[in-house]
Amino acid sequence: MDALQQLFIGFGMNCLLFVLTLVMALPLGLIITFGTMTKIKPLKWVMKTFVWIIRGTPLMLQLFIVLYAPGILWHHPVSNRMGAALVAFVINYAAYFSEIFRGGIESIPKGQYEAGQVLGLTKTQVFFKIVLFQVIKRITPPMGNEVITLVKDTALARVISVAEILQNAYRYASKGIIWPLFASGLYFLAFTGVLSILLSFVEKKLDYYKG
Amino acid sequence: MAILEVKDMYKSFGKTEVLKGVGFTMERGEVISILGSSGSGKTTLLRCINFLERADKGRVIVDGNVIFDGSDTAKKSPSEIRKAQLNFGMVFQQFNLFPQYNVLENVVLAPKLLAKERPDFKKHKKEILAEIEEDARDVIDKVGLTEKLMNYPCELSGGQQQRVSIARALALNPKILFFDEPTSALDPELTGEILRVIRSLADKKITMVIVTHEIGFARNVSDRIIFMDKGVVAEEGSPEEVIDNPKNERTREFLKLIEQK
Repeated sequence: MDALQQLFIGFGMNCLLFVLTLVMALPLGLIITFGTMTKIKPLKWVMKTFVWIIRGTPLMLQLFIVLYAPGILWHHPVSNRMGAALVAFVINYAAYFSEIFRGGIESIPKGQYEAGQVLGLTKTQVFFKIVLFQVIKRITPPMGNEVITLVKDTALARVISVAEILQNAYRYASKGIIWPLFASGLYFLAFTGVLSILLSFVEKKLDYYKG
Repeated sequence: MAILEVKDMYKSFGKTEVLKGVGFTMERGEVISILGSSGSGKTTLLRCINFLERADKGRVIVDGNVIFDGSDTAKKSPSEIRKAQLNFGMVFQQFNLFPQYNVLENVVLAPKLLAKERPDFKKHKKEILAEIEEDARDVIDKVGLTEKLMNYPCELSGGQQQRVSIARALALNPKILFFDEPTSALDPELTGEILRVIRSLADKKITMVIVTHEIGFARNVSDRIIFMDKGVVAEEGSPEEVIDNPKNERTREFLKLIEQK
């Protein structure tokens, strides 16, 4: 049963990567959103280009670059592989989240802002008291998709030798033992299953109003 | 003294000149209706007065205080604009209620946020909030929606939603209440309830400017009618003068067109 334990420890790494990525990429994504929506043209184009590059290249490539670039370019080799994976994941997911946020924010009718404005609310109050909640309701389904993809993407950390679950399962497979591969699949299914239930619960909670 | 003076307003969107020197004056308690075909600049005029658009030229004076002067090159700070905006209440064509809040919450949201800026807020927080809620229940009662206090906008008819938005504007005690085509988004059978509410406000001597296509109602409720055409005031006067005996050619054409409908 040594294998089961190995898988369990490995999946702990996936979960850690998942949680930390989510916690950091959500606020970073919101900041990027404001960057891509700003009226300051140069900043806007820098942010848009950034999002294009991040979304337009494989996450696997980004993992390699984050791990090797500091060592090769600036002679500061990265020793913490998990840290490198986290940086790549946070940047990658923040870019995706930012586009979902942007879509959500732009879908809120102008009249909501104007109504808040004529009632004497500040811009900040309009955003946090009126717009944000409506945005959250609208983006829950696409965010749910992205979050579930993130669970599975954590397995990609294997390419820079983070000791996550597939790395461990693969070691057994290479010795001719197949069941750990199936077992790790079950881990992912269980996790995404729980997440799906959680997400549909949130969607139901937000469904108390239409619009 | 006039409560509102609007002088020589100009506004262009790109190359399209929408307002070409519009002005009017109104007294406290007066009800003015602005009529005119689409594109004549009625809505833009309202939006320029209450800062949803910035006029290119012109002046807006409330109670003798200049709150907007187009020749002023210094940009007003957001807080100055907010303060000036609070002179006016605005009822939109599309209601623009906040869908995630129920009727009561829609009405108390702004008063509660504004109360936080009062110096005595921390000390008397409970009393102030209780008072705001009581006032809100009063205005909701005025528009006849006490039974719908805890309902969400999506559960209300268009007419009820528009009544909530009137209550929401009234809750801030604006000096002047603007209506931007308040019945245009409603089914004909629902316009009556809105017109009744506006009528009752007129009886209470609330100062109002109403942009509308409801000629009959405008005649009935207004002290004065302004007819706008192509960005200028084409004709102005009592309902009898403007609607029953129009002197201006464009006013006559417009009224004839509306009658045919």
